[in-house]
Amino acid sequence: MNLEPQLRPYPTRRALLKTAATASLTVPLLAACVTSGAKEKTTQQTGEKTAGNPLGVKADAPLEVVVFKGGYGDDYAIKAEAQYTQRYPEAKVDHKGLQKVGEAMQPRFVAGDPPDVVDNTGAGRLDIATLVGAGQVGDLADLLDAPALDVPGKKVRDTLLPGVVDDGTFGGATVALNFTYTVWGLWYSKPFFAEKGWTYPATWTEMLSLCAAIKKTGVAPWTYQGKYPEYINDPLLSMAAKTGGKDLIKAVDNLQPGAWKQDALVQAATAFAELAGKGYIMSGSEALSHTEAQAAWCQKKAAFIPCGSWLESEQKGVAPAGFDMVMGVVPAFAASDAVQAASSESFLVPSRAKNAAGGKEYLRILFSKASATAFAQANSTLPAVAGATDGLTLSSGLGSVRDAVTAAGDNTFTYRFRTWYAPLAKAVDDATGELVNKRISPADWSTRIQKAADALAKDATVTKYTR
Amino acid sequence: MRHGRWRFLLGALAPALVLHVVFVLSPYAQAFYLSLTDWTGVAGEAHFVGAGNYARLGGDSLFLDAVRNNAVMLAVVPFATIALGLGLAALLRTRRGSAGYQIVYFFPQLLSLVVIGVLWSFVYNPNTGLLNSGLRAAGLGPLARSWLAEPDFALAAVMAVLVWSSVGFYVVLFRAAIEGIPRELYEAALIDGAGGWTTFRRLTLPLVRETVQVAFVYLGIAALDGFAVVQVMTVGPGGPDGATEVIGLSLYRNAFSYGRFGYASAMGVALFFATLTLAVLALRSGRRERLELA
Repeated sequence: MNLEPQLRPYPTRRALLKTAATASLTVPLLAACVTSGAKEKTTQQTGEKTAGNPLGVKADAPLEVVVFKGGYGDDYAIKAEAQYTQRYPEAKVDHKGLQKVGEAMQPRFVAGDPPDVVDNTGAGRLDIATLVGAGQVGDLADLLDAPALDVPGKKVRDTLLPGVVDDGTFGGATVALNFTYTVWGLWYSKPFFAEKGWTYPATWTEMLSLCAAIKKTGVAPWTYQGKYPEYINDPLLSMAAKTGGKDLIKAVDNLQPGAWKQDALVQAATAFAELAGKGYIMSGSEALSHTEAQAAWCQKKAAFIPCGSWLESEQKGVAPAGFDMVMGVVPAFAASDAVQAASSESFLVPSRAKNAAGGKEYLRILFSKASATAFAQANSTLPAVAGATDGLTLSSGLGSVRDAVTAAGDNTFTYRFRTWYAPLAKAVDDATGELVNKRISPADWSTRIQKAADALAKDATVTKYTR
Repeated sequence: MRHGRWRFLLGALAPALVLHVVFVLSPYAQAFYLSLTDWTGVAGEAHFVGAGNYARLGGDSLFLDAVRNNAVMLAVVPFATIALGLGLAALLRTRRGSAGYQIVYFFPQLLSLVVIGVLWSFVYNPNTGLLNSGLRAAGLGPLARSWLAEPDFALAAVMAVLVWSSVGFYVVLFRAAIEGIPRELYEAALIDGAGGWTTFRRLTLPLVRETVQVAFVYLGIAALDGFAVVQVMTVGPGGPDGATEVIGLSLYRNAFSYGRFGYASAMGVALFFATLTLAVLALRSGRRERLELA
């Protein structure tokens, strides 16, 4: 191997030019493949719309469902498929439970041959804003206005928790329905707090004095999943939203000039800089992965950890018996029940699906109360359907999440910029990581993010959304 | 007879050629074409945007961070690996039981880069990791750091892993080259009174120069990549705040998270030319050296 370059003559200038010429001739030929997807309109298979069949499903049209088979498995989706077959016995249902939905679906979208329902979830899912921009997802308006399957007198739209329809709406059209409902807050162990005599703080001032008390006992007040700074972003942005209200969120999401310089945002950044500055964050957190930080928290090395409502199921087997974790809403300067909540596990019906009516009918079945209740029971996760957990005995964590949602009522909020503009989300995450590691000041934090937001607003190649 | 031979040759070559065209040349060509479009990765069509994607590269601060980091890696990783590899290989020449050492040095080569990344992120864990625990046990507690979370150390920590993972292979490679040097030369050097260092500098090094040059090309290409280790190990990944961003990671993120396949292809094409230039330069400098030797 070491002698090879010595013996082989180096390419001469002529050989190089010849190769270049050949390449330039063949490139256009070879390059023609990737984007030559079918452009003709797909013929939709539809049947007659009746009271029992409000979406006009063609009874014998085959249905293809692609589901993300992750933490929740895909049994819940298979159950809904069985129900679909019950209603339309002639239809052949093709089920695919996949881990890498994006990888498998990308070529099918490109080729114009997508399935009828896609659960676009999990690591490596397709960017929903990109799918919308490419016109690959269908409008779900008729599904939302169809009567709900098992809640008499209500439309599907009215059976969903607040914000679910908005979460799937891009530029006025609802193109995705999210099946699970995630709430973000601060988690702690109820028995641990009771044992130490700590009470969950209602305001940020109380939080700081509690942190001082916790620190004295040798326990770190906070830890966070430092390897992924977005985790500490959530409580920071929640706090800002609770002070600044929906107008603040709107300004941020609509990329308004100066949106990130609003007082409430700078105040929240200052609060978190102070949290870090006073040494209330467990040292080393900044380099821990989510599993490492959450494990340290379960070992009671830290009192609080910010996370979404999936934490309880994620820590199954890690949290010791009797840990009984609960979620509290992020305290702001004034006490408030408002909570950051958004739906995820997003189901969509591709615009070029052959059996779009069937796809929507499938979602009507999946989003029925009975199906959602079964899901909640099996996965201890809040589904996006209102009242799905009524009458169930819930674990400590899920119970606290449901209580937070009930207490908040219409006071739930969510930022949309993360799904609309992924590059801006990255800029915010990076800046917040620097902020809580005391490498930039709150003023620098807002200036930096504002600059990224302004650049995005000016970029004509990015599709913009407003709310 | 001659006719039949041609048919046979053609039949033997065609399958390989077809595979090469379909799976190697065509993806390259498509990447070149896509880099001139705004393809999103999910649309059935792409619009031609000319050199727009390339113009954007210059204003993308994260991409420039990536270029800077790859340049640092290019300046450090090949030299450190070759120095260590050559040093260890030269030491092995004179030591007993060297075969055993050689096998141990080769171990990292048997692990996939992802596994290496995961293992080393455990080593670098600021609270329970091997490195900080070792420092604390040795009374060097103040030197303990959040290795992967501090901008000043993160890239160095990544480069250390890259060097660690590749040095064993080059020890074996260099040792094979050193074995090829006639024993009489070393005996002559010994008689002339040359010490270990002089022997290495005046005898071993010039005679394995060709191998070192090839090693440099391979390591240079590895240093321009670094994607797997960075993706698995670092904060963000690519952080903190771009401190360990590499071109491959920027490319991946733009393609698969942001749905900008056209722009990502432009990065890929830029990386392709950087790698090509590096390889040509390294081999050309090799040619000049050889002419001088001759």
